[in-house]
Amino acid sequence: MKSNRATQEPVWVRYLLLTVGLGFLFFFLGLPLLAVFVEALAQGWPAYVEALKEPETRSAIWLTIVIALAVLPFNILFGVAAAWAIAKFEFRGKSLLITLIDLPFAVSPVVAGLIFILLFGSQGFFGGWLSAHEIKIIFAVPGMILATLFITFPFIARELIPLMQSQGKDEEEAAVSLGASGWQMFWRVTLPNIKWGLLYGVILSNARAMGEFGAVSVVSGHIRGETNTLPLHVEILYNEYNAIGAFAAASVLALLALVTLVAKTIVEWRMKAETDMLNAELPGEKTS
Amino acid sequence: MSAPAHRVLPGFGLALGYTLVYLSLLILLPLGGMILKASDLGFAQIIDIALGERSLAAFRVTFVSSLLAACINALFGLIVAWILVRYPFPGKRLVDALVDLPFALPTAVAGITLATLYAGNGWLGSHLEPLGLKVAYTPLGIVVALTFVTLPFVVRTLQPVIEDIETEVEEAAASLGASRWQTFSRIIFPALFPALLTGFALAFARALGEFGSVIFIAGNLPLISEIVPLLIISKLEQYDVLGATALAVVMLAISFLLLLTINALQWWTANRHKNAEPLEAAAAQAKGVQA
Amino acid sequence: MTITRRLPLLLAFVASTALADLTLLNASYDVARDVYKDYNPMFQKHWKAKTGESVEIKQSHGGSSKQVRAVADGLEADVVTMNQANDIEFLADKGLVAKDWAKKFPNNASPYTSAMVFIVRKGNPKGIKDWNDLAAPGTQIIIPHPKNTGNGRNTYLSAWAWALKQPGGNDKSAQEFVGKLLKNAPLFAAGGRDATTTFMQRRLGDALITFESEAEMIAKEFGKGEFEVVYPSLTMQTEFPVAIVDKVVDKKNSRKQAQAYLDYLWSAEGQENAAQNYLRPRDADLLKKYSAFFPPVKTFTVDEVFGGANKAFATHFKDGGTFDQIYVAK
Repeated sequence: MKSNRATQEPVWVRYLLLTVGLGFLFFFLGLPLLAVFVEALAQGWPAYVEALKEPETRSAIWLTIVIALAVLPFNILFGVAAAWAIAKFEFRGKSLLITLIDLPFAVSPVVAGLIFILLFGSQGFFGGWLSAHEIKIIFAVPGMILATLFITFPFIARELIPLMQSQGKDEEEAAVSLGASGWQMFWRVTLPNIKWGLLYGVILSNARAMGEFGAVSVVSGHIRGETNTLPLHVEILYNEYNAIGAFAAASVLALLALVTLVAKTIVEWRMKAETDMLNAELPGEKTS
Repeated sequence: MSAPAHRVLPGFGLALGYTLVYLSLLILLPLGGMILKASDLGFAQIIDIALGERSLAAFRVTFVSSLLAACINALFGLIVAWILVRYPFPGKRLVDALVDLPFALPTAVAGITLATLYAGNGWLGSHLEPLGLKVAYTPLGIVVALTFVTLPFVVRTLQPVIEDIETEVEEAAASLGASRWQTFSRIIFPALFPALLTGFALAFARALGEFGSVIFIAGNLPLISEIVPLLIISKLEQYDVLGATALAVVMLAISFLLLLTINALQWWTANRHKNAEPLEAAAAQAKGVQA
Repeated sequence: MTITRRLPLLLAFVASTALADLTLLNASYDVARDVYKDYNPMFQKHWKAKTGESVEIKQSHGGSSKQVRAVADGLEADVVTMNQANDIEFLADKGLVAKDWAKKFPNNASPYTSAMVFIVRKGNPKGIKDWNDLAAPGTQIIIPHPKNTGNGRNTYLSAWAWALKQPGGNDKSAQEFVGKLLKNAPLFAAGGRDATTTFMQRRLGDALITFESEAEMIAKEFGKGEFEVVYPSLTMQTEFPVAIVDKVVDKKNSRKQAQAYLDYLWSAEGQENAAQNYLRPRDADLLKKYSAFFPPVKTFTVDEVFGGANKAFATHFKDGGTFDQIYVAK
């Protein structure tokens, strides 16, 4: 049962949707990105490469990657736990909980940075204690990680909740009633079901973690070669009339975000290869 | 089914407990600290700051442009997610990959680039301005920047859900004689609607707080194109941390109420849809329409 | 707790700072990098020759007020080198910098200066010569937000001071004049650099008002033949005040080095470096030597006309100040 009048749109609708969708992406996404690369390459490839060779740019790239990696496990753990509780169980105050999870998005990044200054800055609530114990949070890497955690807090949970909600809980319940333990159920049933949602969440929060400027800028202290992430570095380069350097660094961020997508593609291929193998072994017993 | 006393699935206590602890430490504690700080000012003065002519104008600009951007993204995001999941076309992988980039690009770069594109001599502005459409340095520019910055939300929340829709349901509806449009509007769209609302809420929320990209394209004229985050920065420039937190708290309160409304709505529609037992009910409904 | 989870990272960070030799952190404004990129190695060489001690110097650059707020909140900068006096006043109020910081170094603690000038299009098609030309109907000016950026504030105050000096000028006529000037701004740019991009690349407006030193940066990126510099009949001499952060140098025991680092800005080498970065040196002979960069211009200081940076800020840029009156009470 392949092409069917009612499972596929009429040809003219398909073309219309493709045109509208791709047109929208072209104007709102493609052109701006193209413009970034055009600016970055305005003086040719050698100037672009030269701009990226600067040691301060390279240390900024490293710090950006370190922060993104540090944030990831926290976000995955929280995202899966929150989505599990919210999507699979009924309890009072659920909408309130979801809204609280959304809240970090509505907080202006500058304010997000500011609240950590209010907590950990030397005039802040814990400032005296921290400086007495020589612990640096603000204007050091820990503060930048905290601010990034705050900014990327909702991503994975919000990606998983609607997905797990739409999947219902029948499969898990079946697994449990067949005697699976909690972990077995999670690894064998839940995780395979949510893998794409989880991956999208990871990619999104990762991109955002690497691209965040406002919040991190407030807590970083902007020490060159030490607490400068790529987005902060981009701003400094731009302000110094080094547009090539600034846009080159920005293009690196775009490419870093693409790396996670390459990973996604590889995962997809491997999974497809596995199912193909399974199907070859078990002819006639195709899934679905 | 509805009795919470009989829970089959494990892990509720652990998952919810962890969620609440982590949420409290990372989000509620800092936000609480901010509210505590702002309360130094007293309620009357906070209201005074929020209701100034300039603040009111900024609140209006911020909320209206965020709402518009979220609507644009809801409409086009749905189309984009649909074609990315369902239609084959050349370069699909690349397009799919590009959708996340607005997050990875520092917002200032986005703002600078968009301002250059939409300025009177830019690639797009040079075509739009002869038509009388000024985008850069007008409130319209704010909408464009916010649309760009929040573009991934709707697409990425819908994509996994569309991937998850089982074509059997559609086939069943079709075999019962439903037209494609009926299948879409009666079966597919209701299934997507909760996720669409989620994406909308997220885009809206993110747009409300966005600063970095907007200031480069807004024009920042008082009463016309100033957004609330800019006023917060302006307070900070005056070393008025209290005033800045006061504005931030008012913004937070309004955003919270709006999000709560959207989320309640989202939950309600999701449950209604789920309780309808999708396949049979929807197919029956589709048939009913046909008859 | 989140903090304990971060302990390994924290320890690594604390260790890395503790193991370094004496390190000075210079918290500076955002476009100062070129100045200190050349200056820091010069000072390191000088200090090594003089004392045999090697000093590492780290730089932090950002918006001026943002930087001092960070220092007040615990960024451990030994010295601050800013472009607005009220930013250092803020640190003095917080007790991090001596109250009489401006007297601790010569020239109001500002080793070099600049002036606010007009950048106009090649050939000056609108014939812009002075502040009143900018306020003429049909002329468009490009400036950063006067309330939120130092650059914008300097422009605002320069126009105000010019209007005061006109026959019959008083605060009322000045406010009226500045109001007329601001009406000619189709937008307020996000910052100095954004204003430049808007004017040069997006070709908006007839004049850009900025620091004299920026003109050379603009030439570097956009080409010299693209614009002309106009010196108005009166403009602000902008100062770049420096100060030692007492609280930090006392804690780190780095006062001697910090003092020497800032003193050296007034040395022949330090002054020449400023001149080479298109900032007007305080040294009169050097100013003459580089007179090609620095044509004579009649300037005023904020202290002379407005009674100090803090007072100027409070009158004009705080909420409810003259800027807000011009815009909101229409």
